[in-house]
Amino acid sequence: MSYPPPGRPKAGAPLGGGRRRRLRGSYKARATSRSGARVVGALTVLAAIGIVELLIRIGVINRFIVPLPSQIAAALPRIIVEEHVLQRFGQTFLEVAWASLLLVVIGIPLGMLLYRYRLVRLATESWVGALAAAPIVLMYPLFLVIFGRSTTTIVMIGFAAGLAPVILKTLEGLAGTRQVLLNVGRSFKLTTAQQFRMILLPAALPTMFVGVRLGLIFAMINIVGVEFLINFGGLGQLINELAERYDMPGTYGAICFVVVTSIVFFDVTERVERWMRPST
Amino acid sequence: MDAAEHIAHAMPTPAATPRRVWTLRISIIVVVLAAWEGLAASGWLFRDVVPSLTTIGRAVGHVLTSADFYRNLGVTLYEIGVGLLIGGSAGIVIGIVLGANRFLAQAYEALLYYLGPTPKIIFFPVMIMWFGVGSGSKIAMGVLSCFFPIVISTAGGMREIDKVLIRVGQSFRASWWQMATKIYLPAMRQPIMNGVRLGLGVAIIGTLLAETKLSNRGIGYLIIQAYATFDMPRMYALLIVLFVLAIGANAVIGRLGAGRMDNPR
Repeated sequence: MSYPPPGRPKAGAPLGGGRRRRLRGSYKARATSRSGARVVGALTVLAAIGIVELLIRIGVINRFIVPLPSQIAAALPRIIVEEHVLQRFGQTFLEVAWASLLLVVIGIPLGMLLYRYRLVRLATESWVGALAAAPIVLMYPLFLVIFGRSTTTIVMIGFAAGLAPVILKTLEGLAGTRQVLLNVGRSFKLTTAQQFRMILLPAALPTMFVGVRLGLIFAMINIVGVEFLINFGGLGQLINELAERYDMPGTYGAICFVVVTSIVFFDVTERVERWMRPST
Repeated sequence: MDAAEHIAHAMPTPAATPRRVWTLRISIIVVVLAAWEGLAASGWLFRDVVPSLTTIGRAVGHVLTSADFYRNLGVTLYEIGVGLLIGGSAGIVIGIVLGANRFLAQAYEALLYYLGPTPKIIFFPVMIMWFGVGSGSKIAMGVLSCFFPIVISTAGGMREIDKVLIRVGQSFRASWWQMATKIYLPAMRQPIMNGVRLGLGVAIIGTLLAETKLSNRGIGYLIIQAYATFDMPRMYALLIVLFVLAIGANAVIGRLGAGRMDNPR
C-alpha cells in the first residue's frame, strides 16, 4: 500500500486515526529537525565568536584591528549611555518615518495614476523600472547641494530610493485584481469611488503593502548609509564618529546595534506583511 | 466616469498604439527639459545648482572625451568586477550547498536572509581597517554587497529545480560533473542571473559609496571632487553617465538571463 507524501493528505480522503497520528508524527519530526537546525546555526555563530576571541588572545589576529568580542560586548552599555544611542535611534526612526510618509502619500497615488491611465502606464512603466535599478543613493552630493547638510537631505534620499517599488507594487496590486470581483462590483452598479473603496483597494492592499515594505527597507538602508556618509543624523553618524575616534570596540558595537536594529525592522515588517496576506 | 466605464478600463483593452505611447514619452521628455531650462533661467535657485541643459551637455561631452574619466572608470570597473567575481563565486558555491542540504539551509539561511537587507556601507570603517584605504577596501565592499542577493537567489533556485530532471539524469547514470553541467547549472541559470543582476546593482552602489567616502581615484571620487569644488555641471554629467552605465549593465544582464530562458535547448 502506498501513502501520499507526508503533510499532503489525498483530496477527499477522511483522516483515519492511524493516518492522523502518522501525519502528526511527521509534522513533529520536521519541527524538531527545524529547531535542531536553528540551534546548530546559533551555536555556530557563538562558536565563531569564541574562536575569534581565542585567536585575538593568542595574537593570531591583531587586537588593534579586530577588538575582542568581550570588549565589544562590554562597550555596548557605554555607547548606549555615553553616545545617546536611544536618541540617535529616535532620530533615525523619525527620518525613516518621514520618508515612509512621503512614500505612502506620493508613491501610492502615482501607482494609482499609472493604473488609471493606461497610456501613461505604457509610456512610463519601464522608466519607473529603470529608476528601481538606478543607484539613486549616489546622488547624495547633489541632494547636499540642494537641501544642505540636513535631515531633509537624508529623508529625501530615503524617499527617492524607496519610491520605485511602491509605485510598481501599487500598480501590480491594482492590475492584479480578479476580474470576477470587478464583475461583482459592476453587477451591484457601484460607482467609481465605491468600486475603488470596496473592491480594488481591499484586493490590492496586500501587494501594495509589499511595495511599501520594500520601499521602507530601501529607505532605511539608504538613510543609515547617508547618515554615515555625511556624518549627520542618528545611528549612521554614530558609527562614523566612533570610527574617526578610533574607538574600535565602540565602532564594532555600534555596527552590531545597527545590524540588530535593521534585522528587527525587517522581521517586524515581514510579519505585518504576512498578517495582511490572505491565507490562500 | 461610471463603474461600467471604470471596469471597461480595468479589463484588457486594445493596446494603445506604439505611436501614441512614443508621442506621450517624447512629450513628457520635452516638458521636463523645458521646465528644467526654465528653472535654470529663472534665478530662483542658487546659480549653478540647476545649470542649463547646454552647460550640462557640454560637461557630458567634456567628461566623455577626458582621459582622466576613463582612467577612473577603469579603477571603478576593476573594483566592481573583482568584487562581483569574489562575492558572486562565494555566493553561488554557498548557495548551491545550502540549496542541496535542507539541514544546512535551516541552520544558516535565516542568518543570510536577515543580514541581507542591512546597510552594508556601515561596515566600511571595518573594511578600511582590514584592507587599507586603497582598492582593497572598495573591493571588499563590493564583495559584501553582492554576496547576499546571489547566495539567497542561488539557494532558492537550487531548491526549485524540477525533480524530474534530476531523476532523468540519475536514470542515465550521469556522473557528478555531468549532473552539474547538464542538469543543475542549466536549470539554475535564471535564478543565478537574477542574483547576479541584483548583486551587480548593490556592488556598484557599495563600491561607489566607499569611493565617495574615502578614496583618491574612481568615479565616486570624481563625483565627490565635483561636489567639493562646486562644479555642478561636471557632477550632473558624471551622475548621468554613471546612471546610464548602471541601468544599461542591469538591463544587459537581465536580458541575458531572460533571453537564455526564452530559448531553452
